[in-house]
Amino acid sequence: MKITFDWLKDHLKTNSKEENLLEQLTNIGLEVESVENISAEKELFKVAKIIKTVKHPNADRLKICDVDVGEKELKKVVCGASNAIEGLITVYAPPGAVIPKNKVKLVEAKIRGVTSHGMLCSEAELNLSDESDGISELSSIKYEKSIGKSYFSKSNSNLIDLSITPNRPDCLGVRGIARDLAASGFGKMKDSKVKKIKSNTKQSIKVKINDEKGQGCITFGSCLITNVKNTESPQWLKDKLVSIGQKPISAIVDITNFIMLDINRPLHAYDADKIEKDIIVRNSKSEEEFTALDNKKYKLEKGMCVISDNKGVLGLGGIIGGIRSGTEFDTKNILLESAYFEPRSIRSTAKKLNLDTDAKFRFERGIDPLSIEEGLNKAASLIKEICGGEISKIDVQKIESYKARSIKFDPNLFDKITGFKISIKEMLKILEDLGFEIKKEKKTLRLSIPSWRPDILQEVDIIEELVRIIGYDKIKVIDPVKERTKSTLTKPQKLFHYLQRAIASKGYLEAITWSFTDSNYNNYFKGKNKEIKIVNPISSELGVLRNSIFSNLIMHMIKNLDRGFKDLSIFEIGPIFTGSNPGEQNTLVCGLSAGKKYRQSWIDRERNVDVFDVKRDVVQTLVEAGYDSDKFFIDSETPNYYHPGKSGRLFLNKEKDKVAAYFGEIHPNIIKKIDIKTESLVGFEIFVDDLKLPKKTLNDQKTKFTVSDFQKSERDFAFIINKDVSSQDLINAILSVDLNLISNVKVFDVYEGENIPEDQKSIAISVTIQSSEKTLKDSDLEKINKLIIETVENKTGAKIRS
Amino acid sequence: MSDLKKIKDEYLSKLNGKLNLLELNKIKSELFGKNGLVSSQFKKIGSIAESERKKFASDLNVIKDELQNLIEFKLDEIQNVEINKKLEKEKIDVTLPERNFVRGKIHPVSQTIDEISSIFSEIGFSIEEGPDVENEYNNFTALNTPDNHPARDMHDTFYLDEKKERLLRTHTSPVQIRTMLNDKPPFKIIAPGRTYRSDSDQTHSPMFHQVEGLHIDNGINMGHLKGCLNYFIKEFFEVKKIKMRFRPSHFPFTEPSAEVDIGYEMKNGKIIIGEGDQWLEILGCGMVHPNVLKNVKVDPTKFQGYAFGIGIDRLAMLKYGINDLRSFFDCDYRWLNHYGFDPLDVPTNYRGLSR
Repeated sequence: MKITFDWLKDHLKTNSKEENLLEQLTNIGLEVESVENISAEKELFKVAKIIKTVKHPNADRLKICDVDVGEKELKKVVCGASNAIEGLITVYAPPGAVIPKNKVKLVEAKIRGVTSHGMLCSEAELNLSDESDGISELSSIKYEKSIGKSYFSKSNSNLIDLSITPNRPDCLGVRGIARDLAASGFGKMKDSKVKKIKSNTKQSIKVKINDEKGQGCITFGSCLITNVKNTESPQWLKDKLVSIGQKPISAIVDITNFIMLDINRPLHAYDADKIEKDIIVRNSKSEEEFTALDNKKYKLEKGMCVISDNKGVLGLGGIIGGIRSGTEFDTKNILLESAYFEPRSIRSTAKKLNLDTDAKFRFERGIDPLSIEEGLNKAASLIKEICGGEISKIDVQKIESYKARSIKFDPNLFDKITGFKISIKEMLKILEDLGFEIKKEKKTLRLSIPSWRPDILQEVDIIEELVRIIGYDKIKVIDPVKERTKSTLTKPQKLFHYLQRAIASKGYLEAITWSFTDSNYNNYFKGKNKEIKIVNPISSELGVLRNSIFSNLIMHMIKNLDRGFKDLSIFEIGPIFTGSNPGEQNTLVCGLSAGKKYRQSWIDRERNVDVFDVKRDVVQTLVEAGYDSDKFFIDSETPNYYHPGKSGRLFLNKEKDKVAAYFGEIHPNIIKKIDIKTESLVGFEIFVDDLKLPKKTLNDQKTKFTVSDFQKSERDFAFIINKDVSSQDLINAILSVDLNLISNVKVFDVYEGENIPEDQKSIAISVTIQSSEKTLKDSDLEKINKLIIETVENKTGAKIRS
Repeated sequence: MSDLKKIKDEYLSKLNGKLNLLELNKIKSELFGKNGLVSSQFKKIGSIAESERKKFASDLNVIKDELQNLIEFKLDEIQNVEINKKLEKEKIDVTLPERNFVRGKIHPVSQTIDEISSIFSEIGFSIEEGPDVENEYNNFTALNTPDNHPARDMHDTFYLDEKKERLLRTHTSPVQIRTMLNDKPPFKIIAPGRTYRSDSDQTHSPMFHQVEGLHIDNGINMGHLKGCLNYFIKEFFEVKKIKMRFRPSHFPFTEPSAEVDIGYEMKNGKIIIGEGDQWLEILGCGMVHPNVLKNVKVDPTKFQGYAFGIGIDRLAMLKYGINDLRSFFDCDYRWLNHYGFDPLDVPTNYRGLSR
């Protein structure tokens, strides 16, 4: 909502400065978005006369004009307009001026080798009209004596842009803002009595509102003005509109706009001669069509509120008029409409047709239903004043009468909600100034709500009115109590926290990427999940919710590789989506490592990142989060985006109920298709929500401390075994011999090749044997040795290597 | 002069001379070898007269110890010289680079969430969460924003179905609804998380982060709201004083509603929070609307309180001098490295939020 202090002063008597105004507006909830000094900028535009023109030496269409701008010397200005002829009075903009239309600041520039000292402006460039063909032509009679003077009339009032919240339709008019200011003690409201139209003529066009289900129009007021002469608006009206950045068009349009901006009363003017007999306000029929003032054809659905005549639709009530009945400069007879439309109906129609107009914006927020006649009175008398003609009586049709709403207000509630007290006297003053009618009852107040405040529905709304006018700075600060009755984080939240920082501590940079992704990339990684489309995505590349975090991480990995980095590890902890219902999402830690572990090092052998790097990161992270790696179970069944041979899945225990993590190389086919250039690409996914929370807290685990001081011995074994038997099976077989005595099992070599049959491998294992009760004798050790070999051979088909 | 004294004097002078390992070993065997001078003296003990035997043996032991210690000392000395000579040859260039190490980082948004949690934890808030996909009821209707309400226009919503029933939450406020529906008052929670609006330009990202706050109990009023936010902002920016301004505003789910600005000034192109006469909007808040309480079956005549919503990314930008919101989600390796935090930098109340 754009206003100026000068306009406000039409309604408000005040001696305060603009500075204080800005502060006060913000204090009472009418936030000042920006303040623009348009007059200072516009003062630079001067009335000027072209004295002489010569053709530009280097361009056929350009002229060099000598222009009188009221200074001693003439200005040389290059101009391309065909109407730039000697003797023309026009508008000159010097270097430094900002062109209103495109906000470009002029500089002295050479045009085809000739310096132009400024510019001659078209009406379009000055935002005066759409006329961009040629420079503006000023009447020589009117402007001959003004040469060198500022073209725009002087105004000291800045353009103030307010951000009006959707609950305050009354403040979409200057008067409403003035009323709020007056209530807050910033000046006094001026009386704004309107002279009622005196007329003996009846409004001769019959208006009928169909009383049908879903009728969006409640009241339709109208007035006929005959024999008008539509013309340019007088200067005061033009100035007013220009002062808030609006373009004057013609007197009739400007007057209706003025009334709308001033008191938030939208009006619509019809060319009465184009109306086919009667006006009928009704629900639209299915497939009905009309062409609106925006020159677009709209096909209507059933049940939209239309203003029609006997021929068809004239306009969408409260949203946009039609071209068929629009006023023009030669319009003679005008039907002025001032109506009340239901916000819900306006909103649903506008949404369906994807229409956004100033009228719609106002009606959907709620127009003062009692402003119908006031608007007609004001507008009609202005039209008569400016365009002449005769005014008819006002005709008002309605299907429902307005009833003022009232609420009971308990003044004690104020203190209860705000934490401070004000006197009843102060309350009454504020509410009266805001337009409430008050009746005192025993302990409460009976408040009749002003017709322009559809937002006030219950007691808290009254409290907001009071506290915002008094000022939020009056609210006391009550310091918070430092007391905790519930733990801040739940167990799963703690786990999230541990995992996040544990993975980061393994050298991964945490990324946060969008929850949506490119469907093409998502397809590579969605596994068994369904694609979830966003109906209205920002762009087609962000069209689906991610089924996996890999798609985004890989896209960003490519970008980083393109930036010239080679060895990168990134991770994200966040949601993936499995369905489009609330809750159908899982939290994952997903990491990606590219390139080499060591690259061209003077000390370490160069090698690529590999599966066992990510496996370590996953296992170590889970251990740090409190899980026992001795219980982990790993197999090689993984989703299709992993390398089928070089990837694994991890369970927290042998029962294999829920997958805790996947790790491995990204499938070479995907790497090829997305064209990612790196020596190696490995990744992992930890399913945070599926990790069973450790039963024991770390605290519980720390209560008992036991170690064995008896001598331990290490024995090495080498087994030859089929290739498809996993080392995990071998280790488990060894552990199964005697969990009390075998304290550690470690694979220290794996060998395939010479001296080993083709489909077999040799695994060398070191076993630590220690008792917690005694020192083992040689014979005990021998027994265990034998048992280990026997068990492994029986369980896995391995053979001890001699 | 007795034999003993002679041996002692002779060998002491020998041992004090410059010796190599070979010479030292030779001396050692001359004295303590099987037939060494000292060893043979010991063999003589038995044949010495009873009256003198004790003194002889004692003198002999003293000499033996003295010589032996000296030999040990000498041996050490010689060996040290040898070792040092050898080590001298092993000298390496220690200015060569250490083995490669990599450093992971925590994203500034995650760090900021942890900072916020730490602050609110002190004054008794616990953390709640909600899903990213919401239904239309929790995101709007329950929050007193019925269909056809113009306030819905303030949120450009991503929808997951044509009927507009399922959507990506446009704010963290639906967590209020979920929390209150699932439990009984009092409520004292914050809910940080991802939020979505179909807005994308230099200053808007289609995904961003918010933290919701809710405190409902007996007699919680606007003074408590002011106190809580005042405390939070002061702690978060780690300043002693903060200039704050509560401005009336409008949100359908709070009444009265406020927007909060903090004072700042620019010094050498850097933003200084808490001073100056410029205002910066940082959050929206208000007293939870009675309609919202009724929607979640909380009696508004018995319980009341406040709610607030803060943009996390924006807080991070202000605190850590990050200019571009979009860069948060661009995943540029250099940016993550620069603005990220060491995983060991866990914000705590005793160590402080930031180093």
